[in-house]
Amino acid sequence: MLRGGPPGARNAPSLEQINAEVFTLTYGSIVRQLISDFEDIEEVNKQLEQMGYNMGIRLVDEFLAKAKITRCSSFKDTAEVVAKQALPMFLNVSANVANWSPDQTECSLILTDNPLADFVELPEEHRDLKYCNVLAGVVRGALEMVNMEVECRWVGDMLKGDDCYELRVKLKEHRDEKFPYKDDD
Amino acid sequence: MAVYSLYVINKSGGLIYNRDFAEAARVDTNDSLRLASIWHSLHAIASQLSPVPGCTGIELLEADTFNLHCFQTLTGTKFLLVVDPHASFIPALLLRIYELYSDFVMKNPFYETEQVIKCELFDEAVEALVRRYLQQAQA
Repeated sequence: MLRGGPPGARNAPSLEQINAEVFTLTYGSIVRQLISDFEDIEEVNKQLEQMGYNMGIRLVDEFLAKAKITRCSSFKDTAEVVAKQALPMFLNVSANVANWSPDQTECSLILTDNPLADFVELPEEHRDLKYCNVLAGVVRGALEMVNMEVECRWVGDMLKGDDCYELRVKLKEHRDEKFPYKDDD
Repeated sequence: MAVYSLYVINKSGGLIYNRDFAEAARVDTNDSLRLASIWHSLHAIASQLSPVPGCTGIELLEADTFNLHCFQTLTGTKFLLVVDPHASFIPALLLRIYELYSDFVMKNPFYETEQVIKCELFDEAVEALVRRYLQQAQA
């Protein structure tokens, strides 16, 4: 969890914290390294997402263990939990859930503050870079572990001049909660 | 008052961790593997058979000489504790073990998810937790 910045949601459990700048700078150098390794921005976006996914599938257990939450009853609940509990716990920022699609399977997580990108100015030649794509992967990985297959993509990015960071989360499939047995059909 | 053994079962029913805290609790490796997979199946069957909707499986098995407590996380991993029938606060102890698992196992970059847990830090932390629990229980 990050230190500094406004206090997150009230119910975020206290974890060991690290200095927010160390975190921001570490992430920055990872992105730089990926850009010089792959030289292709699309590939970098993909790698960041994959890294996030790998983190998400592990991190979700920590969240479930420490936040002491119970099963969510709907995707709507889940989105709120991610925005109001998970993000504050790990990033010390909370998000708003907005722009629901009519069938309630797609929504946006809106962040106005993002510690990943604190000192970042995106240069012109990297304007296709999804700098925070790691977060999209984390959300996808974490939700996959609780049986929700989602697709995450950035539709708003303050680094590109938008008013906020907007992560669009689309529920593709909600597999049966009852693990993992399907009755033979 | 005693804690006999801890088992961790992955979401496909494989035993990924087994630790005995008392000499009396030692079970043959094959038997523990069998216990894990049988428990996994019974757990799933029980939640389907249950007349009550929203059943999440067996949480406690009571026998004359031991109690078996089971805690299944929302990600499908199961933590089993075999304890003395008089032991109390076991669900809380299981939650603490889950926290240790999320710290020392899931955050270990060299741990392959769903595979057997070989993490010394986790061993030590669990050992210390159980020791503390027993001390408190005696006090």
